[in-house]
Amino acid sequence: MDTFDLYSLMERDHVLLAFKGSITSDLLTSVLQIMESKMDDLNDAPKTKRRVFNVLVECLQNLYHHIDDFQIEGEPMEVALKKSAIFSISRTEESYNIITGNFIHQTNVGSVTDKIDFINSLSKDELKQHYKKMLSNGEMSEKGGGGLGFIDIAKKSGEKLIYKIREIDPNYSFFTLTVKISKN
Amino acid sequence: MDDLKIEGSAKTPTVEFNSKGDLHLKGRSIPENSIEFYKPLIDWIGNYSQNSNSDTVLNVQLEYFNTSSSKCILDVFKKLEAISGSNVNIKWHYEEDDEDMLEAGEDYEAIIDLPFEMIEVEEI
Repeated sequence: MDTFDLYSLMERDHVLLAFKGSITSDLLTSVLQIMESKMDDLNDAPKTKRRVFNVLVECLQNLYHHIDDFQIEGEPMEVALKKSAIFSISRTEESYNIITGNFIHQTNVGSVTDKIDFINSLSKDELKQHYKKMLSNGEMSEKGGGGLGFIDIAKKSGEKLIYKIREIDPNYSFFTLTVKISKN
Repeated sequence: MDDLKIEGSAKTPTVEFNSKGDLHLKGRSIPENSIEFYKPLIDWIGNYSQNSNSDTVLNVQLEYFNTSSSKCILDVFKKLEAISGSNVNIKWHYEEDDEDMLEAGEDYEAIIDLPFEMIEVEEI
């Protein structure tokens, strides 16, 4: 793709920040800092800023944690490719949109989509109750996730979560998540 | 026993726990690995409970916390809840208009059997 085409596409979609590559803790610290200062310059309500920041933290940390979910076999180049992820944050008149994309193993596709489908089936009030239930049941993954990430993202976004699964090869699919946060 | 002091960072809160029962957790708590960060806090409360003051107050003043921290914060409350022989109070601060943070405090209040005071502040 021509660089100017990429630029135009990002301009059209009001992209504030986009990244493709491996997700490290230091990268997340930098991205969050950049986004915070960008949002300070924009005149959005404090509530919007807080929600965007919260959702962004959860989305990016999802990427960070789940990239280690699978032991990738194969050539080093292949491994690096599958561990790589993409995200973008865009801002229109009405909303912020956070998009993330990463490879997931075919065996995990069902559990991820089931989880999101379930969350999407809940009303606002049911979502609150579900969050409280998952918080108090005390279970926690080794990485400290605790299964609250998607629930919290859905709560703060106030919209249904949009996802797409695209099969890449017999072992992997590409998982795309789009989260919208309205500005009002 | 020694006081526990941890300076805050871009992703972790400032911690000031003193043996007189005056405990503060302030800032933002969004580390990738929250279990590692919260372990010394939980351990400290475990030691403190052996010889606790008659009154204990935990001031929580968080601007942001991630879901990974939310379970650890619950563990901090549970550890405080288990202290016998001290009146433990939680002061949960939230910025005005931050209904999400207020709601988060109310969620904990519903789960934990300790008195919570919700305090609205202009800025954390």
